[in-house]
Amino acid sequence: MTTILRPALVLLALMTLMTGLAYPLALTGIAQAAMPWRASGSLVEQEGRVVGSALIGQAFAAPEYLHPRPSAVDYDAAAAGASNFGPSAPALLEAVQNRAADWRRETGQKAVPLDAVTASASGLDPDISPENARGQAARIAAARGAETAEVLRILDQATTGPWLGLFGPAHVDVLGANRALDAALPRDAG
Amino acid sequence: MSRELLSILLYLAVLVALAVPLGRYMARLYRGERTLLTPVLSPVEGALYRLGGIDPAEGQSWRAYALSVLAFNAAGFALLYALLRLQGVLPLNPAGVAAMAPDLAFNTAASFVTNTNWQAYSGEVQLSYLSQMMGLTVQNFASAATGMAVAVAVIRGLACRGEGRLGNFWADMTRSVLYVLLPLSLVVALILVGQGVVQTLSGAVTVTGLEGADQVIARGPAASQIAIKQLGTNGGGFFGVNAAHPFENPTVASNMLQSLCILLIPVAFCFAFGRMVGDRRQGLALFAAMGLLFVAGLAVVLWSEAAGNPLIAQITNTTGANLEGKEMRFGAALSALWGAATTAASNGSVNAMHDSFMPLSGLVFLVNMMIGEVIFGGVGAGLYGMLLYVVLAVFLAGLMVGRTPEYLGKKIEAREVSLAVLAFLSMPLGILVFSALTVIVPQALAAVQEAGPHGLSEVLYAYASATGNNGSAFGGFGASDPFHTTLQGIAMLLGRYAIILPMLAIAGSLSAKAPAAPTAGTFPTHGPLFVVLLIVTVVILGGLTFFPALALGPIAEQLSLVAGARP
Repeated sequence: MTTILRPALVLLALMTLMTGLAYPLALTGIAQAAMPWRASGSLVEQEGRVVGSALIGQAFAAPEYLHPRPSAVDYDAAAAGASNFGPSAPALLEAVQNRAADWRRETGQKAVPLDAVTASASGLDPDISPENARGQAARIAAARGAETAEVLRILDQATTGPWLGLFGPAHVDVLGANRALDAALPRDAG
Repeated sequence: MSRELLSILLYLAVLVALAVPLGRYMARLYRGERTLLTPVLSPVEGALYRLGGIDPAEGQSWRAYALSVLAFNAAGFALLYALLRLQGVLPLNPAGVAAMAPDLAFNTAASFVTNTNWQAYSGEVQLSYLSQMMGLTVQNFASAATGMAVAVAVIRGLACRGEGRLGNFWADMTRSVLYVLLPLSLVVALILVGQGVVQTLSGAVTVTGLEGADQVIARGPAASQIAIKQLGTNGGGFFGVNAAHPFENPTVASNMLQSLCILLIPVAFCFAFGRMVGDRRQGLALFAAMGLLFVAGLAVVLWSEAAGNPLIAQITNTTGANLEGKEMRFGAALSALWGAATTAASNGSVNAMHDSFMPLSGLVFLVNMMIGEVIFGGVGAGLYGMLLYVVLAVFLAGLMVGRTPEYLGKKIEAREVSLAVLAFLSMPLGILVFSALTVIVPQALAAVQEAGPHGLSEVLYAYASATGNNGSAFGGFGASDPFHTTLQGIAMLLGRYAIILPMLAIAGSLSAKAPAAPTAGTFPTHGPLFVVLLIVTVVILGGLTFFPALALGPIAEQLSLVAGARP
């Protein structure tokens, strides 16, 4: 029996040290030394305070800001989550109905972009579709007392095309767009 | 759409282009030949053997090999269970997470030791960094290496000339970790950090957003675990929402890299198999059968997600892909690709929520798992699982022509076929019997989120995922109830060891037989005819066993959804 127990216990102990301690700690050391900003969460600073992570979506409700997708966890980045509703779940269809009504009221448009009424997988989706972003341009412009064309220009700049021109859809970074809006078009004092 | 199809084709091409040389490398490694990394790693390898009192050249009988697998896995189980129960008083716990409850700790330990990585917990809420690293990451390596070792032993049983030895488990396992999993993980993890995957020992950070609201953002040493979770077909995420979390999978580039890692080693095993049995066409035949099944399933998921949800289209006056439970940076096509790959490969990580996929996509996911995770499958596990179907396929072919079936010159006789059937039965036992129990017991049924056919799909998915050692979930299923944590734990152990042990026994029995020279009457197992026969065997045996249940779940849901009816 020791011919099997000894290698089992010794190898488990050594594997634990190698793959459970040495590997993650060495990687943490290298990552923190070589790419500290990325490894620590891509935190964005503005006027000396951290306003968010460039990768993590956050809630925006004010009319002068670009709004993100619906989130099943209200952008709680300490406990991410999805709705997990099946495609014909009554709760899903009811939620979509309410969100579509909100969208139509806020933008005055009849056709609703699908990402504006569906909750993301993580609940922390940092991006929206270009159609969703452009649909909000008039509302943002009105709230900021700016030209819609100017807002559209800023939104286009925050749009990322498919990776290598091939992989994945075009998408708009909501936090990035909102920071660009604040920088270019400061809100009305009134 | 054509751009998306092109991107998928390019992905498949890159996957095969990487898997072929990796398969060659693995074949050399397991034959004990020199490899690129031997000069660097052989001193470490030698030291491990010396400390463990292991002679890597000593061949084991199938019983000794199986006992070694069980001893190593049992020790790993005990260590992981202890860590989870004691994490509250152990270091590296910045969030002050408490000990895990006994039933959940049993479930989690079974889950990670069996390469399932079913997550009945949420990582950022219920695990300390110590548990993530020294518990889960270790088993990510150990369970993957166990599957790879068993596959190598089964291949040796087929390839050897009657010596009755399957090789040395300790050497196979150690080499899998040192020469394959660890170096690949290091490279992949570093690339992932470059894309934005977090790797820090600091706790959560609180930020104040532009609108003035506070947001607490969980972080941790994620990249190291994510690299191995994808490469080792483990799939257990650092965060609860897995690879949908922007810190686990921040960009399209990180997404494509992880999608490659999911299938890389399972595909490479086909090519390694061909080289190790001395006939590369045999490996190509398995690759062709798996590849055709994979592409067929992938096509259905791609189409069904792109077509979108007609019930939502009615409301929005827009048509488009199904985006509920998907991330905008990945869109429907890359989520479909991931879903097909992760269920085929027994990986179980998700970049979109499977519960919210269209019913036909859910059907493909279920079938991928129910047939026993043999479409590339788990690292090693997919190959020995497919070899189980090969035994049955050549047996069926033998029945049709009235000859004793052979595979690679080894006669397949009553003992091998009985063992193969025994192993095969673990899938319907774990999926159908346990699902039926869930539906009967009221306390168990309370875990189901939705009424009607989708609810049945949730139950089937949970037990197919556990028994198939996949680990993905229809997230609406309340898996944290003690009834399910316990039963799921049993299903995972059943789906792992009730296949490993018979497969090793088959390998042991075949290893004692001297290969017969092929004659004019030998059924060739490398041509298109065999590929078709193998696919048909998988579909008929695997698929039809579960068809009645699937008809009541995803198929019924799809029909009612198309009819525009609401449950």
